[in-house]
Amino acid sequence: MKIVKRQVGDVGVISLSGALDSDSAPEIQYRLSQLQPEYECLVIDFAKVTCVSSASLRMLVLIYRQARAAGHTVAVVGLTPEVSNVLDATGFLDFFIVAETVNDGVAMVRQRIEGRLADDHVVASA
Amino acid sequence: MTMSSRVRDRIDSFPTHQIEGYGVRAGRVAPMGATLVPNGVNFAVFSSSATAVSVVLYEIGETEPFVELLIPEDFRIGRVWAMTVFGLNYEQIEYGFRVDGPNDDRHRDRFDRTVVLSDPYAKVLAGRETWGQTPDPHRGYQHRARLTFDDFDWEGDRPLRLPADELVVYETHVRGFTRHPSAGVRNPGTYAGLIEKIPYLRKLGVTCVELLPIFEFDEFGNSRIDEVTGDRLLNYWGYNTVGFFAPKAGYAATGRFGMQGDEFKHLVRSLHSAGIEVLLDVVFNHTAEGNELGPTISFRGLDNSTYYMLTPEGYYYNFSGTGNTVNSNHPVVRDFVVSCLRYWASEYHIDGFRFDLAAIMDRDEHGVPLDNPPLIQALSSDPVLRDCKLVAEAWDAGGLYEVGSFPNYHRWAEWNGRYRDTLRRFLKGDDAVLGDLATRLSGSPDLYWSRGASASVNFLTCHDGFTLMDLFSYDDKHNEANGEHDNDGANDNNSWNCGVEGATDDPEINALRLRQVKNAVLLLLTSRGIPMLLSGDEVGRTQHGNNNVYCQDNELAWFDWSLTETNADLLEFVSNVISLRAEHPVLRALNHPNGIDPSDCGHPEVSWHGVRPWEPDWSPGSRLLGVMWCGHHLPDGAPDYVYVVANAHWEAHDVILPVPDDGWVWCLAADTSGGAVPAGDEGPLTDPFGYTVGPRSVVALVARPVTG
Repeated sequence: MKIVKRQVGDVGVISLSGALDSDSAPEIQYRLSQLQPEYECLVIDFAKVTCVSSASLRMLVLIYRQARAAGHTVAVVGLTPEVSNVLDATGFLDFFIVAETVNDGVAMVRQRIEGRLADDHVVASA
Repeated sequence: MTMSSRVRDRIDSFPTHQIEGYGVRAGRVAPMGATLVPNGVNFAVFSSSATAVSVVLYEIGETEPFVELLIPEDFRIGRVWAMTVFGLNYEQIEYGFRVDGPNDDRHRDRFDRTVVLSDPYAKVLAGRETWGQTPDPHRGYQHRARLTFDDFDWEGDRPLRLPADELVVYETHVRGFTRHPSAGVRNPGTYAGLIEKIPYLRKLGVTCVELLPIFEFDEFGNSRIDEVTGDRLLNYWGYNTVGFFAPKAGYAATGRFGMQGDEFKHLVRSLHSAGIEVLLDVVFNHTAEGNELGPTISFRGLDNSTYYMLTPEGYYYNFSGTGNTVNSNHPVVRDFVVSCLRYWASEYHIDGFRFDLAAIMDRDEHGVPLDNPPLIQALSSDPVLRDCKLVAEAWDAGGLYEVGSFPNYHRWAEWNGRYRDTLRRFLKGDDAVLGDLATRLSGSPDLYWSRGASASVNFLTCHDGFTLMDLFSYDDKHNEANGEHDNDGANDNNSWNCGVEGATDDPEINALRLRQVKNAVLLLLTSRGIPMLLSGDEVGRTQHGNNNVYCQDNELAWFDWSLTETNADLLEFVSNVISLRAEHPVLRALNHPNGIDPSDCGHPEVSWHGVRPWEPDWSPGSRLLGVMWCGHHLPDGAPDYVYVVANAHWEAHDVILPVPDDGWVWCLAADTSGGAVPAGDEGPLTDPFGYTVGPRSVVALVARPVTG
């Protein structure tokens, strides 16, 4: 599992790649939680994640909760249809900004921050 | 120092002993089952006579455990074996218990140390996470307990606490509701699928869904091959609970990820935000372990004689008709049931419970009915359950019939079987039913005089029996597909096929059937008490005469959504009649009406009429009854009038109408020979004094002041 961090303007973009399972999730979880305070706006890119387990789904939810507690904005991009479906069925998708590509995600996060979207729970479905 | 590290540094969050390389310490006796604690997992197991208890730990999905930890005798307090185990990767394990003890000659105990037992308190069970996927018989441990956080974000959701008079209950099956290909949902047959149909429920106007069992069960329990088709007949209904604290994983699109709890909570939260309550059909009268030939899953191997009613010879009493009977008035079992329902009410925000074969819960350990059953008493006054609706199916398979006499502590409602039988007999045209009909329409004061009409859950159909369309399409049940040579299911259905058994091209018969369905719905929704509709009846769903589809996981039992178009007229009728009820509080009031005029509106609260006003014909051959409801029930104190004429005669009758009040006229809300209009759209009758009620038809009128 690899984590690559870069910055697009004021938005942090974190790209994950490899298998996201219960073995790698705690480490990823830890590193993300370290990175998270650096950015008020974060886009997490899942496009190169190969294998997804319940542990990694929980991780997504935890990221959301930490971000919400800190008043930060998080977008997730590149979710596979299966992961999207699981998050949709459990209601967690309602909480995220979901976009197809990193560029879309960055744009949506900016839009949110600039207050163009008044509603806290707007979701653009992937 | 952060809060979390302070918690982690409790001085009891470190092991005191080592067993098989794992750090452990004496555990806490509560809560029962497995609980996440700082750095570890606490296990607490009750057995009144076990001599040894081990915690058996598996990697997820593995056939063989990676370790078994024998709980030291020193860790037992009373008869609870409790141990905290440290250093477990709780997301990666499944756990069970191995329990040893004496096996006496009379089979009161049935300890079997060759079996790994499921935790009866497990919040998540794996093993049946994909519906209908054939289980591996070589895997010794079948129903595999897992740990969970129970940390769903409810976003401020609370149980709705709807007043009883606002309830319109819709009984449905999670899988059957959206499994049919016509449902058009992303995740057919699941909690998530049901969420997609909430707009339909809202439009229909129901305010409460009652779900057939959603506690984890084994659809392969007693499954068999259909001799004719070669298909496997699964246990579709699910009245054979395996895990009382665990939602059915196979009903979740996310069951493979162990996220069924979150998905079901998402369903509850979504229904609540649509103003719809959730009642669960719960089955505490028996378990999936069957009789002495059945599988040992949990209770039997933990403490057989505590959890089950046993004959003096050690066999299982069978008041449930399914092999065993839960010994629910034993103090330990009572606590189990109460804590289970507290869990569902608090953790899942469930609004109420319908108890399958509830009369069993009135029996003592020998099966003798009790005047003050401790379990019923405990549920009735439980602080956590105080706002939950409690509904009894007040009979059992051992012949105890308590409709009207279920010990209720002013808390319980009942499925009113008398209502069902009387309404069915009236509609098919039986003689001498009118007196009883009047009693049923009034909320069954003969049964519930001390409790009010909210004790009466009125229904004509439920999952168990004919659908409403089949009630008027079949004289006899046709259960051949169940593979029991038509010996299963009720024989006494009070049904009538309207002239031909089963489907027909005869337009007159089909029109009559449709009218009878509408008659049933209109009478149900204008009766005092809590109305309950069976899912699919609003679109004329058929089961082709099968009145017991417990094993039909197929199109026979599933909701066919194309019927919402084929029978759009009926669907609209039902929705309009629900709106009629919603708009007229005089129909929903929860007192039993009598012949006096409590709100001083010039007429009694209820009055009875025939073809001439104020002259009801109660003679045995009479089949027409008019009922006028009247009272100052509207929010602004204005009088609320509804007149319902029910004609079960095969001929039309010209009915002279009672006069509501000076300056008020009758307006047509519904005529089952025609249609119904949405509440508020009723237009005045052409003839203000009379109306021709068609053959086998029901008419509902509302009164309005003359304008202009």
